[in-house]
Amino acid sequence: MSGTLFLIQTLNGLQLGVLLFLVAAGLTLVFGVMDFINLAHGVQYMLGAYLAVTFYGVIGNFLAALVLGLLASLGFGLLLEFLVFRHLYDRDHLDQVIATFGIILFLNHAVKQIWGAAPLTLPVPEYFTGSVVLMGGLLYPVWRLVIIGSGLAVAAILYALVTFTRTGMLVRAGATNARMVSALGINIERLFMIVFGFGTMLAGFAGIMIAPIISVEPGMGTNILILALVVIVIGGIGSIRGAFLAALLIGLVDTLGRSFSVDVLRLMMGPSPARVVGPALASMLIYLLMAVVLYLRPAGLFPARGR
Amino acid sequence: MNEPVLRLEGLRKNFGSLVVTDDVTLDILPGEMHAIIGPNGAGKTTLINQISGLIPPDEGKVLFAGADVTTQPPETRAMRGLSRSFQITSILPGFPVLENVALAVQARDGSSLRFFGRAADEAALNIPAMAALKQTGIADRAYLPAGELSHGEKRALELAIALAMKPRLLLLDEPMAGIGREETERLVALLLSLKGQFTMILVEHDMAAVFALADRISVLIRGRLLTTGSPQQVRNDPQVIAAYLGEQME
Amino acid sequence: MTGAAVATSNSARPLRLTRNVVRPAVIFSAFALVPLIAWLGAEKYLLDVGARIMVFAIAAVALDLLVGYSGLISFGHAAFVGLGAYAVGILSAQGIGEGLIALPVAIAVSALFAWLTGIVCLRTKGAYFIMITLAFGQMVYFIATSLAPYGGDDGLTIAARNTIARLPLLTSDRAFYYFTLVCLLATYVLCRRLVASRFGRVLRGAKENATRTATIGFNVRQFQLVAYVIAGALGGFSGFLLANLTEFVAPTYMSWQQSGELLVMVILGGAGSLDGAIIGSIVYLVADEWLSGLIENWQVIFGPILVLVVLFARGGLLGVSSRLWRLGHE
Repeated sequence: MSGTLFLIQTLNGLQLGVLLFLVAAGLTLVFGVMDFINLAHGVQYMLGAYLAVTFYGVIGNFLAALVLGLLASLGFGLLLEFLVFRHLYDRDHLDQVIATFGIILFLNHAVKQIWGAAPLTLPVPEYFTGSVVLMGGLLYPVWRLVIIGSGLAVAAILYALVTFTRTGMLVRAGATNARMVSALGINIERLFMIVFGFGTMLAGFAGIMIAPIISVEPGMGTNILILALVVIVIGGIGSIRGAFLAALLIGLVDTLGRSFSVDVLRLMMGPSPARVVGPALASMLIYLLMAVVLYLRPAGLFPARGR
Repeated sequence: MNEPVLRLEGLRKNFGSLVVTDDVTLDILPGEMHAIIGPNGAGKTTLINQISGLIPPDEGKVLFAGADVTTQPPETRAMRGLSRSFQITSILPGFPVLENVALAVQARDGSSLRFFGRAADEAALNIPAMAALKQTGIADRAYLPAGELSHGEKRALELAIALAMKPRLLLLDEPMAGIGREETERLVALLLSLKGQFTMILVEHDMAAVFALADRISVLIRGRLLTTGSPQQVRNDPQVIAAYLGEQME
Repeated sequence: MTGAAVATSNSARPLRLTRNVVRPAVIFSAFALVPLIAWLGAEKYLLDVGARIMVFAIAAVALDLLVGYSGLISFGHAAFVGLGAYAVGILSAQGIGEGLIALPVAIAVSALFAWLTGIVCLRTKGAYFIMITLAFGQMVYFIATSLAPYGGDDGLTIAARNTIARLPLLTSDRAFYYFTLVCLLATYVLCRRLVASRFGRVLRGAKENATRTATIGFNVRQFQLVAYVIAGALGGFSGFLLANLTEFVAPTYMSWQQSGELLVMVILGGAGSLDGAIIGSIVYLVADEWLSGLIENWQVIFGPILVLVVLFARGGLLGVSSRLWRLGHE
């Protein structure tokens, strides 16, 4: 277990955490403000990646693909909101779960139909290819640093927006008590649309940024969705701050857990059982973490809805 | 022998910086009908919620039938004999009226971890349930879904559920709220007939009903207990008139 | 509208008789007739599909106990099915092919998992509950994928169906079909009684109004935990049958998609009636068989249909049919 490997995996964990935050932020806001369980949020992430790949194929410029991909994601998200989600805000959670499940089915397979099942790739933008030396002997891919950096930047912007703007205040109020906000005469429908659109763009952005690193394939939204759900449950539904901290925590625990579980277990049991138990334990780790947190705090660490 | 059924000691509750219950100490004596009155926002329902266990107090104690129930959940207090009706009607609308009450009887009739045998056919549950419905005057509605009852009938159902629990203490949170003159009179007559059989706390705005029913009255202003006394004393207390009754009694 | 609120009037209204006796009789008679139809042709295929439907119907009925009667929306129900299936698979891989051992183990493992996770899940409410059940389901899925000695991602083939008291009673497709039919019938009768019992009444009361039920004197969480364990055990039962039916176990048996499909089956038929769960299983799996033969990505059609059902057909098929019945009789 080398120190360098540890540092690399820590950075990878941060990168995963930042990515999770981007996806979870939209999810937790929509959930907190509109009490709407949007399981289809993961497909927004997937769509962002696919749209960027397509735009890149046409234009050949990453930045342009990014911008167009974001706009297209936003457009598509708003279309979904208008056609389907808007009619579900009043319905109970079960109906929302089934309906958004139907949308996941539809989009996962529509994507397969349109783009094919084979994984696609998006090349890292020229300026950011290659690795950089961080400290003695530590070589780390530039693009991953870009992801970390842009994710933190978005987090800061989001924090500023939510804390210092009037809309942000309404969002925070809505997350605490949506009916009250509506009763105060605020156009709640417009607020919902803004929150929803923003969340969609964040997810799409995450999908586009990660596309150069992983393979873009149907169903890629699912794993990130589950992780994002764990994030917002641990962080507390409706809380951006909670989502940020929980996302970083989960990113680190999951990455470091997967890298080092076998090694750590090898110290306790023989190498052979460690190799079997290790990966199993690693994949369970964040769920155990979630179980412990929810046992102690059933509403997450920073629930927006104070009781 | 006059051991209080309920004793509140120094109850305090804040919601953020808002003080909702301010050092409330009160004894409820066995067999009495004790009314709690006060303007809207005085914290009456919050006080009832702390007594029944839905809200934990920040400080202070709730002693019920000699036992400290401050940290106990509502179901434990209910099983000790604390029964309540809700200000905003809280019944089981999809259940038939009779079954609403039968459920309350069931809680006290041995174990509910029974997995076979139709609960709806149990005479041991249905007979006492029907009796409670007769007492509150809605026996003819027994088989309708509770959601189809009129507002006044639902209030009566609330009371029937509370009675079926064979309570040691009955908490009535604004039972007359939103019902007409005739039904109010009927409810007052019913409560009069129950006086002495049950110890009751009555939270109400309807002053005529309060003065007709109460043995003692406590006045709650901004979370603080202003005074406790007989209806005569309270009626004539200058502080109470200034703070509350002045507006109420023309 | 839901069968959960059964009036206790002494007068037997014809609608209720239909709901309580005639409808399940029709369903189970239909199932019983399938082998006779199958005998006329396409036997193996029909028996296979029919048994598959019944196996999932068992899991769906168990899920309806939670969703329709307890107000607990579990998005991790497939975990119990998968655990039951893997119990059979792992025991078989270890050389134990006896059903009288595998069945209790399958049920016990699922029930234990339900108990442990239920303790945590039931501390949460509403949306948190849905998500934590989803996450626990995923946890089991990932454990299964990392079980390299038992097939990992690819799954594990089972040498043969379980024997019952050392006798190969389940090998014939027809015998297995009838065995599964009896299991479904037993599950259905059990759940019907459960729901009408004192225990069921507390669950239904908590679903109607949890605060009221608590202030009447019931520890709602305790009752819900028992229901969760029962549903988990029945899920494990279903998994035992599934593993024997397909002679194969794979992590997909406990995927979140599978959990979602189980929820869809319950909703499609109409939650809160038990019959609806069976009807929903029939409709969903028949559609799955039929549509996947027509179009490769049939979910592209099914997804929107699901959305439309949620938006416009409340109460599922049973809800729609009872509304039509009432319209026709006014």
